[in-house]
Amino acid sequence: MSGKEKIITVHLKLWRQKNRSTKGFFEEHTLEGVSTGSSFLEMLDQLNEKLIREDKAPFAFDHDCREGICGMCSLMINGQAHGPERATTTCQLHMRSFSDQDTIVIEPWRSSAFPVLKDCMVDRTSFDKVIAAGGFTSVNVGNAQDANALPISKENADLAMDAAACIGCGACVASCPNASAMLFTSAKISQLALLPQGKVEAHKRASKMVEAMDELGFGNCSNHAECEASCPKDINLSNIARTNREFFKAKIFSEKE
Amino acid sequence: MMVSHNYLTSSIGKKQIMAITGLGLVGFTVSHLIGNFLLFLGPDAFNTYAHTLTSNPLIYLAEVGLGSMFLLHLVLAAITQLQNRAARPIGYLAKKSTGRGETFASKTMAYTGLILLAFVIIHLINFKFGSVYESTIEGETVRDLYKTVIEYFSNPLYVVWYCFAMVALGIHTSHGFQSTLQTWGLRHPKYTPMIEIIGMLYAIFVTVGFSACAIYCYLQN
Repeated sequence: MSGKEKIITVHLKLWRQKNRSTKGFFEEHTLEGVSTGSSFLEMLDQLNEKLIREDKAPFAFDHDCREGICGMCSLMINGQAHGPERATTTCQLHMRSFSDQDTIVIEPWRSSAFPVLKDCMVDRTSFDKVIAAGGFTSVNVGNAQDANALPISKENADLAMDAAACIGCGACVASCPNASAMLFTSAKISQLALLPQGKVEAHKRASKMVEAMDELGFGNCSNHAECEASCPKDINLSNIARTNREFFKAKIFSEKE
Repeated sequence: MMVSHNYLTSSIGKKQIMAITGLGLVGFTVSHLIGNFLLFLGPDAFNTYAHTLTSNPLIYLAEVGLGSMFLLHLVLAAITQLQNRAARPIGYLAKKSTGRGETFASKTMAYTGLILLAFVIIHLINFKFGSVYESTIEGETVRDLYKTVIEYFSNPLYVVWYCFAMVALGIHTSHGFQSTLQTWGLRHPKYTPMIEIIGMLYAIFVTVGFSACAIYCYLQN
């Protein structure tokens, strides 16, 4: 720990909701003795220990790997998805981003496609459904091919990898003024559309995934770019442009009615 | 080669139709503004232009085309707005922009759009279906639209409202233009910044251009 570490007090305004069907409300807590060296989730752990000691229900929030790769943590922190830092998940956010006596408002992702399960935990099954709608990729079976048989340019490999960096956390939906899931869906479409293995069904996949996205009740993209700005993995808007192209081609050149 | 039936109901399909109709309206606006610049050349030039335009039988085709583009743009905007509202039934207590994404223009598209709807209705009532004066140019009797224009713009409040609507137009198109190209999948690290600048220049051009015409007409009184 660095010598610059300080101990601060924060005032928390948390969204509490018992379950899917009950109405939620904001609850205020003051938490003392928070180290600026602790992560945001460690601060919430500290709060929960305090709540448990006081015989109160702990605050429910999603988290898992706590190293920014699993996509489980969420939280709208002072109106920004994953907090104020760029390209950072909530678990990578540290209390040094806040000052003593700050009020921190913590809300769940707000989208009709992400119902609240409890407090700030939301059900992101909708994203799994979008992925499932994408279907399969055609793979040659039999002996392993020669590694050089499928030429893939470095540029495309990089773009596909960048798109595949999406951890499916839902920050794009949460921060979008329209609650649109275009950045997520487009990243999942792009990571396959850019590579030869995924090219075979690229159009069909774009069509099916966009269809699923629309049916799940996400909003319409109007190119605000808040998604890109809030994305902890810096997923680029060019993925959305690619999806728009793929979708149009899929619809226009479809042989089926 | 048939457009699947669900293209128009899909989120991307709706946006692409909105984008293309928007682009059509952007094109129309430029031609309208260039026509308006004839106001600076005096009544005869402007009235001859207006007469040539309205006496061409193809004008009806153009009007139907323009009207349907406008309505389609409007209806799709209303549908997507309602869907977007339904997609987030409970809003945030403390929503804050990142400062790297949404802009004032992108956030106010619905409002600037409504201002423009009101503007277009008033504009058509005032000028297309408004007072008809006659004048004679080279022996031919034509509508003296110039006189109608000067009459309306003699009222400073009318000039203010007109300029206000043109600022709304500029704001609307500054987001709309680049958004259109993104929706059609045209995005490139090299060209997108250029497209954004062109959109901004276009917005400034129409706002300043139309407002200049309005102020010039006011000064003629």
